[in-house]
Order: sequence, then C-alpha cells, then structure tokens
Amino acid sequence: MAACSVEELLAKAEQEEAEKLRSITVHKELDLDFDVGSLLACDKNRIESRDFRGQKKEDFLRALARDNTQLLINEIWKLQTERVEEAIVAKLPEPSTRLPREKAPLKPRPPTKWEQFAKLKGIQKKKKTNLVWDDTAKEWRRRWGYKRAKDNTKEWLIEVPETADSNEDQFSKRTRAKKERVAKNELNRLRNIARAQKVKSPGVGLLPKAQQSRDELAQAVSVARTSTASAGRFQDRLAKEKAPRNSGKRRKFEPLIGDFSSERQKQLELLKVLDSRRPKLDITKAVNAQMRQEDREEAAAKHGRKGGKGRAGRGGKMAGRRGKRGKAEGGRGGGKKRD
Amino acid sequence: MTQLDGIVKPKTRRSKRFMESRAPKLTEDVKRAMIMKGGNTSQIVTEALKDIYSLKKPDAVLYKKKNIARPFEDSTSLEFFSKKTDCSLFLFGSHNKKRPNNLIFGRMFDFHVLDMIELGIEKYVSLSEIKNSKCPEGTKPMLVFAGEAFDTDNEYKRLKSLLIDFFRGPNVSAVRLAGLEHVLHFTALEGKVYLRSYRCLLKKSGCRTPRIELEEIGPSFDLVMRRTHLASDDLYKLAHKQPKALKPKKKKNISHDAFGTTFGRVHMQKQDLSKLQTRKMKGLRKRKGDVVAEGDGQEPKVAKVEK
Repeated sequence: MAACSVEELLAKAEQEEAEKLRSITVHKELDLDFDVGSLLACDKNRIESRDFRGQKKEDFLRALARDNTQLLINEIWKLQTERVEEAIVAKLPEPSTRLPREKAPLKPRPPTKWEQFAKLKGIQKKKKTNLVWDDTAKEWRRRWGYKRAKDNTKEWLIEVPETADSNEDQFSKRTRAKKERVAKNELNRLRNIARAQKVKSPGVGLLPKAQQSRDELAQAVSVARTSTASAGRFQDRLAKEKAPRNSGKRRKFEPLIGDFSSERQKQLELLKVLDSRRPKLDITKAVNAQMRQEDREEAAAKHGRKGGKGRAGRGGKMAGRRGKRGKAEGGRGGGKKRD
Repeated sequence: MTQLDGIVKPKTRRSKRFMESRAPKLTEDVKRAMIMKGGNTSQIVTEALKDIYSLKKPDAVLYKKKNIARPFEDSTSLEFFSKKTDCSLFLFGSHNKKRPNNLIFGRMFDFHVLDMIELGIEKYVSLSEIKNSKCPEGTKPMLVFAGEAFDTDNEYKRLKSLLIDFFRGPNVSAVRLAGLEHVLHFTALEGKVYLRSYRCLLKKSGCRTPRIELEEIGPSFDLVMRRTHLASDDLYKLAHKQPKALKPKKKKNISHDAFGTTFGRVHMQKQDLSKLQTRKMKGLRKRKGDVVAEGDGQEPKVAKVEK
C-alpha cells in the first residue's frame, strides 16, 4: 500500500513536471542552429506549403515564429545570469556567425627610412626626462615646447661669428634655418609615406645647404636649365660651358670576373654571325610572304573568272560557293608548293 | 579619405579625433546604415524606408531628399555617400514601372559595394497601421530565419548574411533578459521572403524559462528577390579576413582529452632535501665547520599533472 502510494506520487510528480515543460517545449524534426552571441536562430526545417495555404497565412507565420522564438529563448535562458542593478542579465558568448568587416584590417606601417637605418645600425630609442634644469632661469623646465629650458629663440643678443658678414641679421638667419629644417622634415615625412604606399615620388632636386659643393652647383645649373616649359631645349649655353656630366643615363658594366659561361656564349654567337656570310633566314617572314603571294594569285584568278562570267543574273549564292571551292583548291596548291 | 590618411595632417585636436574615428579599427564599431530614396518613390516605399529607419534608429541615417541613382548601374554615388557619412550598409528605395516598390539592401567593404540584393515589396503593412504598443527604440532584436532556402540557395545565403548584418545591431557581451522584446522573423517560402516583426511577451510557465507569446507590431513585408550583385568569392573572403591581433592565441603546454579535462605540463626543479626543515632537535643541530655534502642531481623533473 505504502509502496503503491510512493509510486503514485512519483508518477504524479512526473506528470506535473511534464505538464510544466509542455508549455515551453517545441518539437522540431531538425534542431535549430543557434548563434546566441548575436541572438540568432536558423530553422532549416522544410515548411509545408500545404499548411501555409490551408491555414490563414499570418497565423501560420506567427505560430512558426513563436515556436522558433521559444527555442531561442530556451537557449538564452540556459546561459549564466547575474544581477546588475536590479536587472537580471545573461552573459552572451562571442557571436559565431562571421560577417564581413566594414573596412580592411589595419596593416602595420612600414618602417621609415630612419627606422630602417636605426635598425641596421642597432640604434635604440633613449628615454629622455621631460624636465631639465635650466641654469639661467634656475628652475626645472620642459625640455621642449612652450617655456622650454635653454630656449634659443628667446635670446636678446647673439654673438656675431668672426667669419660671418657683419651686416647679416643673425636673428633672421636663425629663424630661416629653423624654417628650412621644418620644411625638410615635412618633405621626408611625405617621402616616407610615398614609399610606404609604393607611389613614385618626384625627385627632390636640391635641398638648401649652407655651402654647396662644386658638383651640387653643377647639378643646380642643370636642374635650372631644364626647368623651362620646353624642358631646356632652346636654352643657350655659355661660351666655355661644358656639357653636364653624369646626367640621366648611367652605364652599366658586367662584372670583371664572374660568369664565364655566359661570356663565352656571347662571344661564340658573335663569331657565328661574323662567320656566316649568307643572310639569315627568317622562317615566319618567309612563310608569310609565300602565303600572301598565294592569296594574291588566287584573288587574281577569281577576279578573272568572275569577269568572264559577267553579270549573269542573281547567282550570288552560286558565285559564293564557287569562290569557296576556288579558295580551297588554292590552299591545297599552296601546300604542294611548300613541299 | 583613406587615400589622404597620414598625408593630410590634422591641424586641430578635434579634427584628429574625427579622423581617428573614421580610420579602420581593430574591433570595429557598429555598422551604420544609410537609408535613401531614388528619383521616384511610391508611398509604400517611403513608409517602408521610414519604418526600417525606426527599427535601425541609433545607427542609421535617413536621407530626406531624392537621390537620383541606379545602384546596379553605377554605384559611385552610393560609395561617395558611404564615405561621407561613414555608413557601410545602405538601403535604397525606388519605384518605377518595370520594378515597382523596389528596395535594395546592400553593404560596403572599404567603401566599395560588396553585396547588393534587390527586393520587391508585394505586400506591406506599416508600423503605424498596427495599433498596439511598440518596442522601445534601439532594442537589439532576436533574429530568426526559417526555410530551407536560407541554407541551400546561394543567393538566399548571402541575403541571410546581409540581413543579419543589417538588423543585428550592436555586438554586446550581456543582455537583460526582460529586455528581449523584439523578434524579427524571416521566412523563405515559395520564392518569397516574409519579414515579420513581433513583440515578445514573456509569460509564466511554471519553470524558470518563460513561455513566449508573440504579438505583431509591424512593419511586415512580403518580398520577392529581383536583381542581385554578389561579391566574388575572393573579395568576400578578403572582407572576412580577421586581423592577426584578434585571433585567439594558442596556449602552450595545455591539452584537453575527450571528456574535456584539461591537462597541463609543469616543469619543476628537484627539491633540495638537505635544506628541508624538519623537527628541531638539539642533537641534529649543525656544528661549526661541518660541510654538508650537496646533492648533484638538480635536473628539472617533468611530470604530467592533471589540473
């Protein structure tokens, strides 16, 4: 009796549990694919179009949507939850559906010319302190920027060097030098970018310098000469001026010692050419010439035949056929000749 | 803009910040959508565009004026707009005799059109036509796709990916369970795509997981697929390429067996037993000048340890 009641109780409990679950369970032939990370479910089951037509369309769609959503919600409710400010929050995993990116992924910037050089030489960056002691102001000041230590732009007096022109303004000279340095840096920056993007940058020409050497002067002259609308074609030369050297083309030489076999090959070929008095036979050229001649003959023959017939009515089709045959014969004839 | 990146130096902090916001990033922002209409639009198309805008709202731009463009013939103007507003998704609505009530869903990669799919509206019910309470703006929708076509047909596969991309919203790490309100259901059946939008009501079921009831809130569309412009496989693959930094790093010396148990290999030094502190006794105390013979075996011992 007691055992029976226990069994009954268990059965009853089971039934209740099943009843509870019934409201949230959905039966599908194929399981759905879930991507809980992006709150996505994909139902691959075949939809019976008979059902779709039979029932009211909207109701059918809603029922389908309800079932699928229920399954998705079941999946989401399985996730770990936590309480954040009076709200129960489920932690989502990373989305598993891969979607294309919006923009191409970042590529690392190729090293600048300086970075290449520094790497080659093993030069490493040194960390410098931001503040340095300024002896004149007797305080710690920034190394660079506004109110920096040892600021040479704020000097009210500059000593004129012995070698310098006494009338030259040393202050303006200093600012000019600074401007040139900035411009040069900007130029280098742009050249680095151009190299990184594999764009050919125009030649720099001549950079400003305190003292130009003889070669640089010559280069400057040649650059100035060609900087006209007609690229220096109509530019006069001075009386005793020499033509500029090393402009444009560079001669290239084979190495003195190295590839003997290729050198030998070259010499042998040269000898062969010298040895043979007869002109060289170009086969493709000869064949082409032959074919052209045949065509010409054939055309002449055809023309003659046509001329003989005269204007004998509208025998366009016939004429065409005859023409074709004629061509074929000509071709065969050509073959014989070639043999 | 990408061409000039790095060449044109920003002159102010603000412009620098702006340029950084537009530059390609490791983990990308939410894809924004621009919604625009062509030279001629019917009322259906205009309303449809507005409704989709309201579904997509914080991450979308609605163009109010006409833009006479034909994306399938010339996509340069779309590319220009995408660059201007930094939007990589677009929805273009138009209406003409040949293709009445036309919607073009598309997405860009690197400011060039990747995929474009043209859908014609057969039947449309707007958001305002159905009178009941709507979901709050910016709710992340649950997306459900039904029908075999989404899994078998190539064009439908792309359409599915495009629609996921379009309606997915932001990528979040956690979600408030009570806030799962909005369901977008796409059904592919008999050559048509049925888009339905429902509000999800969580009812008590007696156990932890709630029972779901759905209530249609609109907009709802019956769509037919028209022209498509799909990216070549190469480009599609390139667009999916993940940057190296995002790929998970392989962990060394850790393995898993079939049951999911983690095994690790631990390398240890041999313990020097002569320095082990044992019980202190007067008799064992070291005397001065006593040389302790050192053990020579100091090899590392490898042991497989279950973690």
